[in-house]
Amino acid sequence: MNPFVFADCTTESGALAQLSQNAKDGIVVKAGGVDLLDRMKEGLESPTKLVNIRNISSLRGIRETPEGLHIGPLTTLAEISEHPLIQSQYTIFSDACGNAATPHIRNMATLGGNLLQENRCWYFRSKDYQCLRKGKEICFAFGGLNQYHSIMDYGSCPAVAPSSAAVGLLGLNATVELTSAKRGKRVVGIKELYVLPEANPTKFNVVEPDELLTAVMIPKPAAGTRSAYQKYGEKQSFDWAIADAGVVLEMDGNTCRRAVVTMGAASPVVRRSPQAEAALAGKPITEETARAAGKASMEGAQPLSMNAYKVQMFPVAIYRTVLLAAGQMGRDPRAAG
Amino acid sequence: MATTKLPSSADALLGAAADAAKPPAGMETVTMPYGVPGYTLHDVQRQVPTTEPPVLPVNADLEYIGKSPKRWDAHAKVSGSGRYTADIQLPGMLYAKFVSSNVPHAKVVSIDTSAAEKVPGVKGVFVIENLLGGARLLNPSLEVSKYPIVRYAGQPIAAVAATQPHIAEEAALLVKVQYDAKPFVVDMEMARQSDAPPVFPGPANQGGSAGGGGGARNVPQTGNIHGPAVHKRGDVEQGFKDADFIVESKYTTQVQVHNALETHGVVADWKPDLLTVWASTQGTASVREELASFFKLPKSQVRVITEFMGGGFGAKFGPGNPGVVAAALSKQTGAPVRLMLDRKEEQLSVGNRPSSDQTLKIGAKKDGTLTAIQLISFGTAGCGTGAGCAGPATNLYQSASLHTEENDVFINAGPAAAFRAPGHPQGAFALEQTIDELAEKLNMQPLEFRDKIDTNPVRRVERQIVRESALWKSRNPVPNADRGPIKRGVGLSQSVWYRHIVMDSAAEVRVHRDGSVEVLSAVQDIGTGIKTVMAQILAEQFGVPPQQVSVKIGDTNYPVGPNSGGSVTTASLTPAVRDAAWQAAQKFLVSVAPALGTTPDDLVLTKGEVHSKSGHMQPISFRRAAAKMDTSEVSAQARRIPDYDPKHYDTYGGVDVAEIEVDTEMGIIHVKQFFAVHDCGRPMNPSQVINQINGGLIQGTSFALYENRLIDPTYGLMVNANLDLYKIAGARDIPKLHVQLVESYIAQSSTDASGIGEAAGIISAAAAIGNAFYNATGVRIRSTPMTPSVVLETLSKAPQRSNA
Repeated sequence: MNPFVFADCTTESGALAQLSQNAKDGIVVKAGGVDLLDRMKEGLESPTKLVNIRNISSLRGIRETPEGLHIGPLTTLAEISEHPLIQSQYTIFSDACGNAATPHIRNMATLGGNLLQENRCWYFRSKDYQCLRKGKEICFAFGGLNQYHSIMDYGSCPAVAPSSAAVGLLGLNATVELTSAKRGKRVVGIKELYVLPEANPTKFNVVEPDELLTAVMIPKPAAGTRSAYQKYGEKQSFDWAIADAGVVLEMDGNTCRRAVVTMGAASPVVRRSPQAEAALAGKPITEETARAAGKASMEGAQPLSMNAYKVQMFPVAIYRTVLLAAGQMGRDPRAAG
Repeated sequence: MATTKLPSSADALLGAAADAAKPPAGMETVTMPYGVPGYTLHDVQRQVPTTEPPVLPVNADLEYIGKSPKRWDAHAKVSGSGRYTADIQLPGMLYAKFVSSNVPHAKVVSIDTSAAEKVPGVKGVFVIENLLGGARLLNPSLEVSKYPIVRYAGQPIAAVAATQPHIAEEAALLVKVQYDAKPFVVDMEMARQSDAPPVFPGPANQGGSAGGGGGARNVPQTGNIHGPAVHKRGDVEQGFKDADFIVESKYTTQVQVHNALETHGVVADWKPDLLTVWASTQGTASVREELASFFKLPKSQVRVITEFMGGGFGAKFGPGNPGVVAAALSKQTGAPVRLMLDRKEEQLSVGNRPSSDQTLKIGAKKDGTLTAIQLISFGTAGCGTGAGCAGPATNLYQSASLHTEENDVFINAGPAAAFRAPGHPQGAFALEQTIDELAEKLNMQPLEFRDKIDTNPVRRVERQIVRESALWKSRNPVPNADRGPIKRGVGLSQSVWYRHIVMDSAAEVRVHRDGSVEVLSAVQDIGTGIKTVMAQILAEQFGVPPQQVSVKIGDTNYPVGPNSGGSVTTASLTPAVRDAAWQAAQKFLVSVAPALGTTPDDLVLTKGEVHSKSGHMQPISFRRAAAKMDTSEVSAQARRIPDYDPKHYDTYGGVDVAEIEVDTEMGIIHVKQFFAVHDCGRPMNPSQVINQINGGLIQGTSFALYENRLIDPTYGLMVNANLDLYKIAGARDIPKLHVQLVESYIAQSSTDASGIGEAAGIISAAAAIGNAFYNATGVRIRSTPMTPSVVLETLSKAPQRSNA
């Protein structure tokens, strides 16, 4: 580990100034430090300067606005999962944050850090593998050990989207605010926050080196909205999702007016399933329609050599989570989190 | 110890009474409790040395032994004041970091340490020329190399010592190693092929460690296949001809990594007249012995200290490469050197449980009599040996014939080490499911069949307890009875472990004039609580509460203690402690008799009071009597004497019942609870024994469902050498655990204690889960870890049944 400068910032402007001074490789933002510390220990990241934003109080907290919710990126996953309004009105989001990692990590991990963490592919995470995502030519996962990798939409790199929070936010049509000292603020959608490997294999998200993620905005759900998220892993405690499902239902009596179905562990970037959504829209929520949505979600799935089992798990995760969101089934006691 | 074989005579197992002849000189005949209270308890006669203390009654009649006082060092552990190896800080101490290979198989051409040496703060670089661990070529001339051949990724090559840990890490990256890469193989199936790259160019052997492990030596070796080691009893061909039913199946289990909470590590301080080493070890004696041998030092000039240690599970015997390298760097730099492994090094280079690929065939007559057991096993211990797993098949049941062939398959991976009941979780996974499968063919219930073929009298009691339990009664004997996607199952497995005794087990007990007592032994506490048990023994002898007893262990300055492997510690050491306490008490009575105006043989020390047999005086407290000692201290040292009846070979074991739910749509197994019935001789401290069984069941569940060392076959590197993707059961994955201890007196020593560490559930958990899976689904699961991938594939091959 190389020596580095630790720049402790207490204001947003101070942090932005640090980033704009010399916006080049080697300056890294540190929030909770959960993902960054792992990458530094493995030697994947050797920053010359760490800009610590953890103590910027203006970037922390949950605020209700006329449009919906405004969440500071330094709010912890634990704070989000315990927030009564989020639990009742934005359930998919509190579920997603509350079932990530472990209680200890949720107390340290920030929303911004969770959204911007890098993928967990074991080849990417090892300094011994110089893979596509490190600017080289080979993806080792296609011909290697890929039991936890993507089953659809993977293009040149099948690492799965690591952020559970993003699966919840995508379901709620959330946006994030990115701020640069020079260029000011811009707002991008959750899906647009991420970069597909074929677009740029070495860039995981659109955040520029001089930008900070300064807010997450969630629009107020339409009347009659119910939502839920569930994640399944090999273990129930402290495991990454191998199948997960976010479901938002806009109900009109017994009929589902509109549905959003999101998945994280299926592909390199969080995705919605238009097929699953179409299977629910305009229909009553029943076991039959929920199962049909699950089945439809796997249209186009192309499992790798070792992960066909995930194609069996996702439809079940979606079916159970649709019924959970609709209040027709309890939370699965065997789900992870 | 996987290959331990029992005497075949059923008499030995059933416990024929010792000869009641007149005792020879120096011996006396005593009457001791034998059997299980409430079931089979009776008296037996044993001839014991006249120097032995009086026979201990059963636990119900004792004040401190057999009770569960709080853990003697609980406060030190939870408050953080207990010093583990990583807590040791010495003046001028340097921090060392390994340079490890990142290729799986190569000849090292050159090592350039010059850049590392120039880094400010670096005080020494050591290049390994004599690597420990793994198998060795019988004919070393087949490989001529200045440096050890790299046989696995993560093999230590050199180490750097610097004033700060981060300087050592940085400098280690600057050591340039030039490799001449060789073809490699990391997959056992591929390694078995005749055209596979050879891990060794010729026959290679590996010895076991103090804790077992290691494999058969000087067996045939063809390519990477080292074996078979063949064991036969009777004629299996005839046995299968005699059988009315035969079940034959293949089972596979994965490589499990020990992953003790505390990694391997030492602090070595080389001084001209004394090498002092603080080590995270389960054998202070083994570290001292091997360091003295390696550096050609007299043992009197090597001192090993282990005040607290965070688990070993069999992988922490001897100094290993970290100990040798730290000592060498300390010698070279003239400063104390600390070398603690990180989690990646821990997973790659210091041991694992070998995999297994077992073909097990068992034949039985219609009445259940076993006619033949045949096991052909392959397993990989990396570049070491020790993958045998025939222990359960050999020792659990009576069979007219037995034939086992155990093969080690070399691959380019880190060598295995003894791991909590070597070979037994693997072997039991296949055996206990096959026994259940056979029971079904025989139209017998699992307990009924085992009653027929298992003659061990204690397990018979344990099965009776299981039979009467609410959990077993709740089991639906019809498999796949639940109609929904979530199916409940209940299944059981038995386990067997062996009575090993280490004679190098000694202790000293001191009594001071102020009434304080202390006990000293070099034994280390691997985490199971031997300090508490030692304190209880002195408490029972002197009538002092255990918390007031001073327990000093984990230092080779004290009398030698056993290495903690093979479940030996309590069984080996506690009789020495009790003998020393008894002898110290007799010396104490000699010392106080004059002041009390009587003779020593008129005095007796019991329940904290000194009594006069003749009624010469009123009883006085031990403390008041101590004040009258004619010297400031009396002490006695005792060593382990042989078991009272060594011909009589007892085994330990248990019967474990798992209740699971199988989510058949998701492929997820949820273990809801275990009911575990176990014996370990006299339980010296029941709550500590239950602690160990809880731990064994958890580790066994984790082995059954989650843990798996994964090596990329194309590049030969482990991809999950962390605790994130190497998956170990967490809080929500741990079932409810109900343990019932069976006191089983065996009349073998002054404490009659036995071991529990290995019989403690790790052997049977996966097998019990496997049998519960069949009960839930009607399908056999024959592979671990039972991940969703494995479960869904297993279920997909099942004959379709109509589920409403």
